[in-house]
Amino acid sequence: MTFINLAAIFPLTTLGHYIHWHFIEISVANLIVIVLMVITFIAALVFPFPGRRRRRDNR
Amino acid sequence: MSYSEIERQWTTRLRRRFVHLLPPEKLLPDTQPTYVSSWIYVFGVTTLSALMVVIASGCLLAIRGPQWWHTSSVGHFVNSLHLWSVEIFFFAMVVHLWGKYFMAAWRGGRAMTWMTGVVTFLVSIATAFTGYVSQSNFDSQWISTQAKDGINATGAGAYFNVLNMGQMLMWHIVLLPLVAVLLTALHVLLVRVKGVVPPFEEHVEVNA
Repeated sequence: MTFINLAAIFPLTTLGHYIHWHFIEISVANLIVIVLMVITFIAALVFPFPGRRRRRDNR
Repeated sequence: MSYSEIERQWTTRLRRRFVHLLPPEKLLPDTQPTYVSSWIYVFGVTTLSALMVVIASGCLLAIRGPQWWHTSSVGHFVNSLHLWSVEIFFFAMVVHLWGKYFMAAWRGGRAMTWMTGVVTFLVSIATAFTGYVSQSNFDSQWISTQAKDGINATGAGAYFNVLNMGQMLMWHIVLLPLVAVLLTALHVLLVRVKGVVPPFEEHVEVNA
């Protein structure tokens, strides 16, 4: 697959998609980034940090 | 030079004050408290790492200029590296902000640490916006006219004209990054002085 074909999967020269809900108007790209930030935030709280148990045992 | 003269020197007094405020073992500690071993504490240093890539790629773009980053393949790569490191910078900074907000990270005399973080966030937004304006293409012209309308509405349009591409480029590559980096350095030093904010104390009710 050439670079041009790969770029065609994500067309960057077309108009963006927007979501309208009452007075809220947000691009799909921005919404995806916000959702990813929320997922990352929750994952950071939920998933254990590597070596945490070992460090606690050594105390 | 006598001992008393050395004692009175401003360099001696300034050094002693700095070492008292931030001794080397506090500036570069060997260990961190146990509560720091959580993913939520990772995003501050992620922001810092992304900022380093932003500055390094920005320096490369400044050396070669717009013709290079718009026409050559290596220029496109460095341009993209600059954009995506900024994306990671803001992504990590927002998660860092959320984490610190819910920890109430201004506790324990850390108000100045919190405020330097807030101001750095605002300066970073201004730096990113002037970056959009100075990318020297049709998109930047559209963004700058939209921004001009917004700034005119605030009444500051006469003093800050975002349609002046040369001025915005200078703000983007010199003034705003300088302020952002200095504030970041101050923020990190304050974190070292006061230490990383501990979690809330667990409230245990004992029923008699």
